[in-house]
Amino acid sequence: MFARGLKRKCADHEEDMGGALAGFRAVPSYSLQRQSLLDMSLVKLQLCHMLVEPNLCRSVLIANTVRQIQEEMTQDGTWRVAAPQSTGRAPLDRLVSTEILCRSMREQDGVHPAPGMGDDHVLGPGSELSTVTSAQTPRDPQNSVWEMDSPRENRGNFQKSLDQIFETLETRNPSSAEELFSDMDSSYYDLDTVLTGVVSRAEPGPCDGLQGLPPVATPASSSSCKSDLGELDHVMEILVET
Amino acid sequence: MLLSLPALHLQTSEHHPLFQLPHGRLGPWCSPSGSPAPLSCETGCGEGSWILVCRLLVPTQVSLLSMEEDIDTRKINNSFLRDHSYATEADIISTVEFNHTGELLATGDKGGRVVIFQREQESKNQVHRRGEYNVYSTFQSHEPEFDYLKSLEIEEKINKIRWLPQQNAAYFLLSTNDKTVKLWKVSERDKRPEGYNLKDEEGRLRDPATITTLRVPVLRPMDLMVEATPRRVFANAHTYHINSISVNSDYETYMSADDLRINLWNFEITNQSFNIVDIKPANMEELTEVITAAEFHPHHCNTFVYSSSKGTIRLCDMRASALCDRHTKFFEEPEDPSNRSFFSEIISSISDVKFSHSGRYIMTRDYLTVKVWDLNMENRPIETYQVHDYLRSKLCSLYENDCIFDKFECVWNGSDSVIMTGSYNNFFRMFDRNTKRDVTLEASRENSKPRAILKPRKVCVGGKRRKDEISVDSLDFSKKILHTAWHPSENIIAVAATNNLYIFQDKVN
Repeated sequence: MFARGLKRKCADHEEDMGGALAGFRAVPSYSLQRQSLLDMSLVKLQLCHMLVEPNLCRSVLIANTVRQIQEEMTQDGTWRVAAPQSTGRAPLDRLVSTEILCRSMREQDGVHPAPGMGDDHVLGPGSELSTVTSAQTPRDPQNSVWEMDSPRENRGNFQKSLDQIFETLETRNPSSAEELFSDMDSSYYDLDTVLTGVVSRAEPGPCDGLQGLPPVATPASSSSCKSDLGELDHVMEILVET
Repeated sequence: MLLSLPALHLQTSEHHPLFQLPHGRLGPWCSPSGSPAPLSCETGCGEGSWILVCRLLVPTQVSLLSMEEDIDTRKINNSFLRDHSYATEADIISTVEFNHTGELLATGDKGGRVVIFQREQESKNQVHRRGEYNVYSTFQSHEPEFDYLKSLEIEEKINKIRWLPQQNAAYFLLSTNDKTVKLWKVSERDKRPEGYNLKDEEGRLRDPATITTLRVPVLRPMDLMVEATPRRVFANAHTYHINSISVNSDYETYMSADDLRINLWNFEITNQSFNIVDIKPANMEELTEVITAAEFHPHHCNTFVYSSSKGTIRLCDMRASALCDRHTKFFEEPEDPSNRSFFSEIISSISDVKFSHSGRYIMTRDYLTVKVWDLNMENRPIETYQVHDYLRSKLCSLYENDCIFDKFECVWNGSDSVIMTGSYNNFFRMFDRNTKRDVTLEASRENSKPRAILKPRKVCVGGKRRKDEISVDSLDFSKKILHTAWHPSENIIAVAATNNLYIFQDKVN
């Protein structure tokens, strides 16, 4: 599958970031590998056997891996936690939001994307997302408010999510199983929902129509966003089929 | 049901010349002069050759086995509706254990059954048959259950079997699934009382007024019957899944360990157990480490060890305190920074821990290595053996298909000179601690004829693949050897491969 999961040195990392902007490379970049590993781990945490109690050792090891990735991504500044969403949102809206989010991030970086420029690269052939990206929305002036989300808070959210999954594992009941799966379609990319299976209702933020924007620390984040979208697409296919 | 199929056994009339290696043919570790290395327990078993004694298949039909046991006969008979052409998942062997003399070999499977094999007794006429194991007893140890509170099934899979040392004519063993430990008594009966006049021919009690004579029954010989009865059931003590049981050297107590707790039991008391280790955090959100295996010291009844998912081993002394949350010794190897990856923690998780027979060393198995630790040195193992290091570059794929979570066991030989563990593709590995030699052998139907010498296998890691080598990408990861056992005093090993039990022994001249 991938090359050996060695942690590359800093220099390689940045170099890869720059390279990824040009499109997909033959060898996935480190951040892409890491993101894919993160996605895989989250899926593993969710897809527990419903009949038999899940293996606690396995769950703990996967959760530790996810934590490890999250810590590293937080240090890199590439960690983004989406704010909790309310249910009932149409999937398409979600996708729009995600795209707008990424576009806004890029705009902040001073990179003005041509209409639908890098998006097609990332979304892959036949993706529904590409049709969505044609419209560009103006940058939300309140983005900056969301960017103030500190990594610490994100980490707290994430930690809380991980915590709740252990509670879920511990006191499992059938209703939580439904909730676990009911949200997968629309909110996979929302870590909180993914990990808890329960949609938590956050207080309505200033950007009600958008997902919370994560802090944008480095220019590298835009390319990771593109790769994230590619992963999101891939994951969406899996989820929809389940 | 495990049945020794006659076709696989060496027929008494056959005389195989294979006991002697042909001239000029060197085994892979023969001495340069060409003569086979001496084969004895003391010199280690990495040298010499291994031959297949018998392969015991789990047949999917039930009728062939004699069913004199009273226990659960009906239930076993009801499970006969299985396809004969392939083994069902319930037949997958989940644990293998020799008893303390090596005369008996017990296996547990996913269907909750225990099958005990007995070694064929040596006789002058059938000297070839010595070393073969035949079915001795079969019983249903655990049944599937349902936890109504959590709406979850409790699997009947037997996680571990441990024998008690024999103290009278009967045999005792502990078997456990995820939640309940049971003590089974296996005893023989070869006589029965005859001559009661209290019942009529149909078995109905006669009217006492019609009985006019006093008749003392006499014991008459009968066909040997082996019966297994559950003597104790130790239930409701574990919230999490039991992964280990270990009989203490005092023969009065034993421990059972689950993911977060270890309990101490007295064999006579089933409604109470003492909690001796509890690593459950007050807040489950802070859980990052679980217990993976535990074992009592073979001689010191106050000492035990338990391993964790973070690659650490803790040795505890029960004399120190009632709750052994604070270890006496802590064994951990510093991480190798050059090998660091996201999978480092997962592959460091210890899947099995075993004391040496001497009690001086412990052996641990993690995903890629087997390590031997000296109890007197906590900061690193004294020996590390690579089981299948070629998998290091495949960790991501193995994580994806969950193979990285496979729990391999490891065993010592009787003299603690050789250690053995399983791998994929039905391979298992032996490491001779003295000569530092190792060998890879395969437990498969295709490659093993009875009494045939096992050919060592080799995995090719890149580069040109030589003949008889197998490339890493051709390995079958669904064929994994997780459970093996070594006879306590002889060079006889039992290897479980899915639903097959292979018994190999050292080639004897």
